[in-house]
Amino acid sequence: MITKKDVEHVALLSRLELTGPEKDMYTRQLNDILEHFQFLARLDTENVQPTAHVLPLQNVFREDWAGLHISREDALANCPDQEENYFKVPKIV
Amino acid sequence: MPQYETVIGLEAHVELKTRAKIFCDSTTEFGGAPNTHVCPVCLGLPGALPVVNKKVVEYAIRAALALNCKIAEFSKFDRKNYYYPDMPKNYQISQYDLPIAKHGCLEIDTANGVKKIGITRLHMEEDTGKLVHQGTITTTPFSLVDYNRAGVPLIEIVSEPDLRSPEEARQYMEKLRTVILYTGVSDCKMEEGSLRCDANISVRPVGTGGFGTKAEIKNLNSFKSLQRSLAFEAERQIKTLEAGGKIVQETRTWDEGKGETLSLRSKEYAHDYRYLPDPDLVPLLIDRQWVADIRNSLPEMPDQRRLRYVKEYGLPAYDAAILTNTKELADYFEECVKAYPHPKAISNWIMGDLNRLLNLHGIEITGCKVTPQNLASLLMLIGRGTISGKIAKTVFAEMFAGGKAAETIVKEKGLTQISDKRVIVAIVDEVLARNPGPVEDYKAGRERALGFLVGQVMKASQGKANPELANKLLREKL
Ligand SMILES: [Zn+2]
Repeated sequence: MITKKDVEHVALLSRLELTGPEKDMYTRQLNDILEHFQFLARLDTENVQPTAHVLPLQNVFREDWAGLHISREDALANCPDQEENYFKVPKIV
Repeated sequence: MPQYETVIGLEAHVELKTRAKIFCDSTTEFGGAPNTHVCPVCLGLPGALPVVNKKVVEYAIRAALALNCKIAEFSKFDRKNYYYPDMPKNYQISQYDLPIAKHGCLEIDTANGVKKIGITRLHMEEDTGKLVHQGTITTTPFSLVDYNRAGVPLIEIVSEPDLRSPEEARQYMEKLRTVILYTGVSDCKMEEGSLRCDANISVRPVGTGGFGTKAEIKNLNSFKSLQRSLAFEAERQIKTLEAGGKIVQETRTWDEGKGETLSLRSKEYAHDYRYLPDPDLVPLLIDRQWVADIRNSLPEMPDQRRLRYVKEYGLPAYDAAILTNTKELADYFEECVKAYPHPKAISNWIMGDLNRLLNLHGIEITGCKVTPQNLASLLMLIGRGTISGKIAKTVFAEMFAGGKAAETIVKEKGLTQISDKRVIVAIVDEVLARNPGPVEDYKAGRERALGFLVGQVMKASQGKANPELANKLLREKL
């Protein structure tokens, strides 16, 4: 059961600012989702391996080869604020 | 008042020395102007897809085998979610419930003998970027971020809470460093951050089961700060409990200047990472033959090598431990033994003059100008009596400084030991004539006077007289 407090906690962790009505709405919606999973949980999965990935692929590797990088101008191109070639971010704590 | 015991577990981060980052082709090279070793993948740009560097998996397996871990058959990567600008994606790719390796151990030498420290797990993850602040993180008006280190491969090695003192914790880290260095997967430089460590510490009354509330200490960038911070923290916790207080589970940082741990009271450090399998990366099925091949390519590990030195070369355990502390020093020693099969004599020189000069000049054994063959030749000259042990020290210092061969220096400086009886007799006669006092003393039964006279003979010959012969001839004359 998800409470409004859980929603507030998750919103904080995700840096989302929610209004009162939004909190109520997400509490309801998240509980609906959980309820649906309870329905799914009724299936017998005794002999089913847990799914780590939806694609039937494993061991996709790249070789240890260093080369590709982009110019600093490109790296910083989408950055809202920069200084001395660093990304500039607001005070953290 | 109950006696307390300290319970410590360590999380070590080891940077792997691959050429490219863990999930992209950006270089791992240290330094570099800010934000020049980056690409769309390590900048977390939309649509960029990570693909794991095979060498990272190989190195992780290699380190795990050296730490006696079991290698997983099936392993995967997960996202560790947190909002902090050191990662541009707002998550770090790490491993959660299916790490590459588990259940290892490491042996340390304590005052009470060998102690086995459990290793819970070893997993792969990406390093974070670097934040630059003006002043401290709490007073700075903004932070600057460099993502050059973001995506550099790391392995995290988590120990069991088996350590019982700050000293054991330091020994564990030193041993871990030795073992990892032997495997060659990292250069383990604490001062450059390629070996880092966080510690979990709690205290409990002796004899009680269970654990006390723990604190996590971060920012430990030397063996010294590790041991000092844990000693401080254990005492702080005991004092708090003794005063009737409670320990708060929290993250603390070590302030080297103040010599104390400080609380990082911040919601940002709340451990709520909401791990989820990374859908951008497919799972790993670790081929057993691959694991076997990696195991076969491991060198002899320090513990085995140390035991072999005691057994095969008859060295004291102390010598064996020092010689095998790094692979390079042990290799050097063995090269010397090949050229001059007197292990203890070689060990004495390596642990004595060689190590002293290396430490004095801050040189690694790999940068030492005295080759193993040259050290062996020097010892041969002593063995044959061509030079005295005392002269050898002077010769060695010159070999160390300039890399010349021992024979060359001895020849150039005319340092060959005088073993010609007639020459020494002449010197002895002169010394006796000039020192009637000590001669009387010796005749009156004071043995110490002989030492003085031998010293005078050595001095008169500029250290070149064969000391045994000088001793013998002096006794005869007296
Ligand atoms: Zn990159």
